[in-house]
Amino acid sequence: MNQAIRSAWVVAVGMFALVLGALTYVQFFQAQELNDNDWNSRQLYQDFGRQRGAILVDGRAVAESVPSDDEFNYQRVYTEPELYAHLTGYYSLSLGSTQLERDESEILSGTSSSLFYDRVVRLFSGVDSQGASVELTIDPEIQQLASDLIPDGQRGSIVVVEPSTGNILAMVSKPTFDPNLLSGHDTAVIAENAARLSEQPGLSIYTNPATESLVSPGSVFKLIDAAAALESGKYDAQSEIPNPPALEFPGIEYSLPNFVNGGCASRTTADLEFALEQSCNTPFAQIALDLGEDAIQEQAAKFGFGEELTIPTRVIASSFPSDLTETELAQSAVGQFDTRVTPLQMAMVASAIANDGQLMKPQLVKSIRAADLELIESPQPEVLRQSVSEATAAQLTDWMVNVVENGTATAAQVPGVEVAGKTGTAEFSETGDNAWFTGFAPADDPQVAISIVMENVDIPTGQQLTSPSAKRLIEAVLNR
Amino acid sequence: MSDVLTVPRSRRNIELVLLVLALAVAVGANYLAGIGREEPFNDYFWSTALTLGLMSLFIHVILRFRAKYADPVILPLVIALNGVGLAMIHRLDLSAAAASPDFTPVAPQQVLWTAVAIGAAAVTLILLRDHRILRRFTYISLIVSAILLLLPLTPLGLEINGARIWISVGFGTFQPGEIAKITLAIFFAGYLSTNRDLILLAGKKIGPLQFPRFRDLAPMAAAWLVSIGVLIFQRDLGSSILFFGLFMVMIYVATSRVSWVLIGLAMIGVGVFVALELFSHVALRFDSWINAFTPEVYDRAPGGSRQVVQGLFGLANGGLIGTGFGEGRPDLVTYANSDMIIAALGEELGLIGVVAIVMMYVILVSRGIRAALGTKDGFGKLLACGLSFTIALQCFVVIGGITRLIPLTGLTTPFMSAGGSSLLANWLIVALLLLISETARRPAPTGPMKDSFPEVLGVNGKPVKKRPEKEATR
Repeated sequence: MNQAIRSAWVVAVGMFALVLGALTYVQFFQAQELNDNDWNSRQLYQDFGRQRGAILVDGRAVAESVPSDDEFNYQRVYTEPELYAHLTGYYSLSLGSTQLERDESEILSGTSSSLFYDRVVRLFSGVDSQGASVELTIDPEIQQLASDLIPDGQRGSIVVVEPSTGNILAMVSKPTFDPNLLSGHDTAVIAENAARLSEQPGLSIYTNPATESLVSPGSVFKLIDAAAALESGKYDAQSEIPNPPALEFPGIEYSLPNFVNGGCASRTTADLEFALEQSCNTPFAQIALDLGEDAIQEQAAKFGFGEELTIPTRVIASSFPSDLTETELAQSAVGQFDTRVTPLQMAMVASAIANDGQLMKPQLVKSIRAADLELIESPQPEVLRQSVSEATAAQLTDWMVNVVENGTATAAQVPGVEVAGKTGTAEFSETGDNAWFTGFAPADDPQVAISIVMENVDIPTGQQLTSPSAKRLIEAVLNR
Repeated sequence: MSDVLTVPRSRRNIELVLLVLALAVAVGANYLAGIGREEPFNDYFWSTALTLGLMSLFIHVILRFRAKYADPVILPLVIALNGVGLAMIHRLDLSAAAASPDFTPVAPQQVLWTAVAIGAAAVTLILLRDHRILRRFTYISLIVSAILLLLPLTPLGLEINGARIWISVGFGTFQPGEIAKITLAIFFAGYLSTNRDLILLAGKKIGPLQFPRFRDLAPMAAAWLVSIGVLIFQRDLGSSILFFGLFMVMIYVATSRVSWVLIGLAMIGVGVFVALELFSHVALRFDSWINAFTPEVYDRAPGGSRQVVQGLFGLANGGLIGTGFGEGRPDLVTYANSDMIIAALGEELGLIGVVAIVMMYVILVSRGIRAALGTKDGFGKLLACGLSFTIALQCFVVIGGITRLIPLTGLTTPFMSAGGSSLLANWLIVALLLLISETARRPAPTGPMKDSFPEVLGVNGKPVKKRPEKEATR
């Protein structure tokens, strides 16, 4: 009988072994899949019940979790909601999360693998699990100034970058919103607020316009044409290009004019310096027709067109169109037709020229700190690529300095500082134009690159809101 | 190895040390369950700590006087399991109370049941003294089993969630089937130990299989029919699997015939097939096992897979090291404190914690089997083996169901799930295992046994010390 009892024991142990195997499978191997299951509300409860790390600007929290007395234990609070809404995004129970709240979620919630050691220490020290903080590269004063420089009711973006590192010092868009409205724990209230915000013209709560909206660049795109011209070897500072008041295309009605009230009419041929200074369309259209679509496309790509970035938030790809007819190519080369850029992209163009042709990857995060402020990670400056040769960069800088000294961007002059810049106006609709400024300063030792775009403005207002704003931003950065 | 372990030494001091450890686990778990959510040392905490502490010491003292050679590991294991179960039930109470203030907590009642169950085990130890006395009640046990199983079908019975396995007693509900598990085991053990030789030898041989004469098996078949038949009418799949397993393991241990196990498995196969065809609830269980993650099955009510899927989410959430007591959301799973308590424990204690719990069951079952191996009488062997195996099978059915290894059936996790009848039955099993282990480990009797059948009536007939010889005969 004992032998049978032993067999029964073996069967019993076998059943326990099966059960242990099943538990191991579910809790270890299948766990991730189950945790990610859409029916699993645990993650939601858990994430919202956890003290999420803060988003810091200059050591001060712009987004933080404070204890609440409801079932979630913590409430996400944005201390300067409208100023940083497009950077922090929101952390919403029913709408999900956006921007840094989404893209740095693993860090903020403390589940990132880079925080494993921290978690283990917490486990054994019995301290509640807590997320890490994300410190931004933003300078709060520049951010505030940039925000003040966009009037309420005006749709526009300003991006300020440090050319040598790619650090983003300010990134502001208007209209903006209060993410606190979407981060409460009452889903009915969230839905109501979201509906109200969606009625506000020009506002999308889901995107950061500086990195996720595409606008026509207009004449600031000429910097890329000029770069392509120099890089091709076919053009140099001495090249004279025909500068007719309008470029005619054989066989069709369309003609591409120079700006009627500008200074272009004073010369029938132009060198590149003059063409940039007065922002003449016809010479650049001819350069593009001469070099061809591919050359422009290639140069644009070297500046970052056609490439998505994570900084760590999402930057959508700017685009220069392809398969163009001659008219379309001419239009595209002056930043019209289907050429579309993000405001950040133009800051990257200015910053690459400023940084001897070397394009640095834009960075929004300066450091990641554990809940006890211990430094976990600090992203190092990262070279994306050499966009133009050093010589081309130097030549473009000279021409851009000339634009500010003698051309369309004189309002950006800063006493005692050489400012390099380029303005742009993209005509795209009945309602108004896009006014642009992009540039950097000081020209010999660039500290700051700027991209400003005001959408849907009349030309005088656009000029008011671009170059003079650039001046004030440059002053602010240099006087830091 | 067994010879070393059966050296007659009392080991009660070892039990006391282990008991202190087990109480530390049990009381510690109850402390952790409430930490940060209520006053740390409140009335509930003290009543739990005192109940577990005093009652387990009570059993320990009884063992010192009445069964001093009993296995020293069983009691501490069971106290630890019971305590951790109470802690989880209490922790789930706190969540439920936070969600709706007029919630009646389950844990205090479970503490009361714990006291009653351990008390019943103590009374069993005092009154019974020797498990062989139970052999006198072989046929009475069968009748009692039948009555217990039929009770829920009488007007006394209550139907809860489609299963009619409860009866209402003055202060609450009771599941007589849990006690029937023990009485059926006593009947099987008594009948098989008496008729073993007859069943084995007087049969017909057809091909390679030896079949017993029908009249030798008739009472067994009757018992089987009663248990399975009644349980299918009561729609309790889990218990019917349990009874079937009990029946099979005892037949196998009594006869050592693998062929009969195969016949039994074939009968299960037929049973499952018939149940699938005849009973929609069984078919639904199967469907929600296979297709747990399809939306129609998930949302189906009743008979959907939401419960098992939510349980899996809980286990996954716990992962390797668990969320810690009070940090997870086991309250999102229905019946988290009874049928699904392993999912709740897996979530908050993690794989590590739940493996530790399963290992405690492994040791408990192994200790029971050890008692079966060591005791000299066939009745004791069958009873200890059957009861131990039942615990193992019950764990397998419950945890296998929760982890989706097999279809989910409503069964309690021994010693842990909320529910008085299950706790009472399992503590009675503990009392029986302790008594049997006492006879297994006690030095050979020096005088005639007064209160029980003389050893010669034991079916086994041979003293255990001659075991090597027996193995040679196989």
